[in-house]
Amino acid sequence: MVTLEPELSETSTVREHVLDNGLRVLMQEVHTAPLATVWCWYRVGSKDERPGLTGVSHWVEHMNFKGSTNIPRDKVKGIIEQYGGYWNGYTWIDQTTYTETATRDALDRMLFIEAERMGSSLFDPADCESERTVIISELQGGENDPDQLLEQELTATAFRLHPYRHPTIGWISDLKTMTRDDLYGHYRRYYVPNNATLVIVGDFASDDVLRAVDSHFGRLESRDVGERLLPVEPDQQGERRVTISKEGTTAYLKIGFHGPSVTDDDFFPMLVLDAALTGAKGINLWASFRTPPPQRSTRLYQALVNSGLASAVNGGVVPTQQPFLYTISITATEGVELARLEQASLQAIDRVRTQGVTPEELQKAKNQLRARLVFENDSITNIAHQLGYFETIASWRRYPAIGRQIADVTLDQVASVASRRLTAANRTIGWFEPVSPR
Amino acid sequence: MTPPRSGPLEAGLETRGLSPTRDVLANGVTILTKQTRTTPAVTLHASLGAGSTSDPSALAGVAHFMSRTVDRGTSRHSADQIAEELDSRGVSLFVSVGRHALSLVSTCLVEDFDIVLLLMADIITSPTFPPEEVDRRRGEIVTLIRQDEDSPAAVATDALMAMLYGDTHPYGRPIRGTVATAEQIDCEVLQRFHREHVSPGALTMAIVGDIEPGRARDAATAALGRWSAPRIDTTAWPPVPTASARRTRTIPMMNKSQTDIAYGFTAISRSDPDFYAYSLMNNILGQYSIGGRLGESIRERQGMAYYVTSSLDANVAAGPLLIRAGVNPSNVERAVQSIDRELASLRGDGPTEQEVAESKQYLIGSLPRALETNAGIASFLQTIERFELGLDYDVRMPGLVQQVTRDEVHAAARRAIDPSKATVVVAGPYDGPLT
Repeated sequence: MVTLEPELSETSTVREHVLDNGLRVLMQEVHTAPLATVWCWYRVGSKDERPGLTGVSHWVEHMNFKGSTNIPRDKVKGIIEQYGGYWNGYTWIDQTTYTETATRDALDRMLFIEAERMGSSLFDPADCESERTVIISELQGGENDPDQLLEQELTATAFRLHPYRHPTIGWISDLKTMTRDDLYGHYRRYYVPNNATLVIVGDFASDDVLRAVDSHFGRLESRDVGERLLPVEPDQQGERRVTISKEGTTAYLKIGFHGPSVTDDDFFPMLVLDAALTGAKGINLWASFRTPPPQRSTRLYQALVNSGLASAVNGGVVPTQQPFLYTISITATEGVELARLEQASLQAIDRVRTQGVTPEELQKAKNQLRARLVFENDSITNIAHQLGYFETIASWRRYPAIGRQIADVTLDQVASVASRRLTAANRTIGWFEPVSPR
Repeated sequence: MTPPRSGPLEAGLETRGLSPTRDVLANGVTILTKQTRTTPAVTLHASLGAGSTSDPSALAGVAHFMSRTVDRGTSRHSADQIAEELDSRGVSLFVSVGRHALSLVSTCLVEDFDIVLLLMADIITSPTFPPEEVDRRRGEIVTLIRQDEDSPAAVATDALMAMLYGDTHPYGRPIRGTVATAEQIDCEVLQRFHREHVSPGALTMAIVGDIEPGRARDAATAALGRWSAPRIDTTAWPPVPTASARRTRTIPMMNKSQTDIAYGFTAISRSDPDFYAYSLMNNILGQYSIGGRLGESIRERQGMAYYVTSSLDANVAAGPLLIRAGVNPSNVERAVQSIDRELASLRGDGPTEQEVAESKQYLIGSLPRALETNAGIASFLQTIERFELGLDYDVRMPGLVQQVTRDEVHAAARRAIDPSKATVVVAGPYDGPLT
């Protein structure tokens, strides 16, 4: 079965197996195209970083594309491309992950690459040094975009204690001072089979693949990753604000509310609430957040874009292991004052906070989310992403149940989540105020 | 590390390949269909021959403006009704515009196919461009243009295209137009543009998903078969200029952190017999693995950039070969020199046999991935139609790539990428020299 249609999904054909060393393997056969995908997930992200080492998870990810004991540095280039394949990785607050998608005859090669990455990446000192400037270039490219800069400052303002406040790419001062030993220490601590999930989806026979997994990964030893210090963010006591005044052409407004974690009962009502405010994105960070959602009839689009105050509005509820932010991002139309835009935005938000959503909005949000769940599972890469993503933040078993959980959300639950979470005391407001060049 | 024994295409697409169906209705509308069963969904991809090259020469941005307003009201539906119909089904309609086409793409559940198709047909054939909607979207368009003016990457690329194609060729004009042209475009301009550039013969509708081809065709015929509009004459463009010397331009944007480099040439059209040699050359130069030879030098060996890549836009006319990189301002000169050096080396010595073999394998082997999703197949079918590649193109493409020789790739490099004739634009926190 390929699709995870909500009605059918709880009988999904995922096969789970845990190796003796603790590596969790999830497999799903999909025979519609001669392709296979592998995702290897690690339970480590920027939330596991302390000041001084911010950005280390992401830098380690970069170093894991630079050779291993059995993949010499000069053989990395083309190792998957020769199968017409695609490979990549990403790091975020809860996770670091690596993926390959290629023709099915490359499957053994993909498993070999991931086993090498888990056990024996080189971290050559010269490569570590050269990558420092590549990552600083990545950071500076992000800073060129006022919207990204504001997102970073808003998040850092909304969190006082929890390490979700750090940007995943790290703070520039840490990127300048971190050492090869810092990188390698982080790698050795977290890149162990008992901290990983291997997801394989595509055109193969599971029994054969499981034997191959065992031969590639079985030799890797498990090791305790040690204690993780994860402080609980204290309740916010009042509205916070941050204003960036820099040269630019366009004004941006962001409003961030402390949101629910994926295991919180508020999560699905929040997903519906966001759909009513800005349109349903779905829940696939990899696939669904790249294109605008159906949103023209939503509350904030009507109040801000159709009124001419904003040129774009977006919101996103992203599943996370611990409570993160629900952030609404708004681009001001040329000539519109941020104060006026903020007032109109807060008015629309307050209306839903005090009155909840209508039965029609609830039904529309559910229709949208049901359709998005189908659309975001249109490829083996996306199916595998969701299994691994959910296993890393909670459990993959939560994923097939999502369709039903969305269908079960009630009007009262949405009203309750809106009244408790969309309050002034729970929000941080960010302005990017463009100033003209001197 | 050995290459796969059998090519992926032998393994997968067999000899029949995609085998889409193609029908031309009596009024000239082309319908392409392909049934898939991956998800209970359908992608509708409509392509209209009304891109930015159709803009009046004095009014850049009309096609783009149309892309932002065409779905904001028709003779049968108001903007709000269209929004409600789509939103209530979880359907987004993406309207985008390129140099030669305006595209409307929508993915919906199979159960919603008929109603979404009818709505798309209505939007394509009978938009009214209500004045209040046009005024509202003008504000959004001006904001988008102003955002581009603040982005070093967009500024560098737009300036490079203007220098490469000059004032006479439409590829030199910004697709979004300017703030000044956006102010001049109104309801009447848009209605006239629609009248002059949108007609049945200019529409190709691709329908890909879990729907039987005969049923898809019947539905498309019912929705679009009775539409009539005068035939459109195709426009002839002036020849694409070629640079005879190196040209450089620096655009200081001192408020930014990173500098963007746009470096390029006018290249070839899609119908050029050297297309596959150029594609392989471009893949070796700036795509294969992490950015080809350029990525290996500038990112991997010298650690100067997070991104450096090349792209070939072989289009209806000779599109550009563009190299783009984002670097720290202190590395601008060194990065440009490195690009020069890599181009000179590929022109001088040509690629290695191994590079050619690897890039061939990549271009051929990536086809099954490109054809995995409904949206991917629909987009592929539109490319086949626009460039008249034939319905069996997915089966023939591997052979066309395989037959290119190393010498032909080398010849493409000699013809295409002479650093002494490059046009180079740098935008960002840099106001130093550029040679």
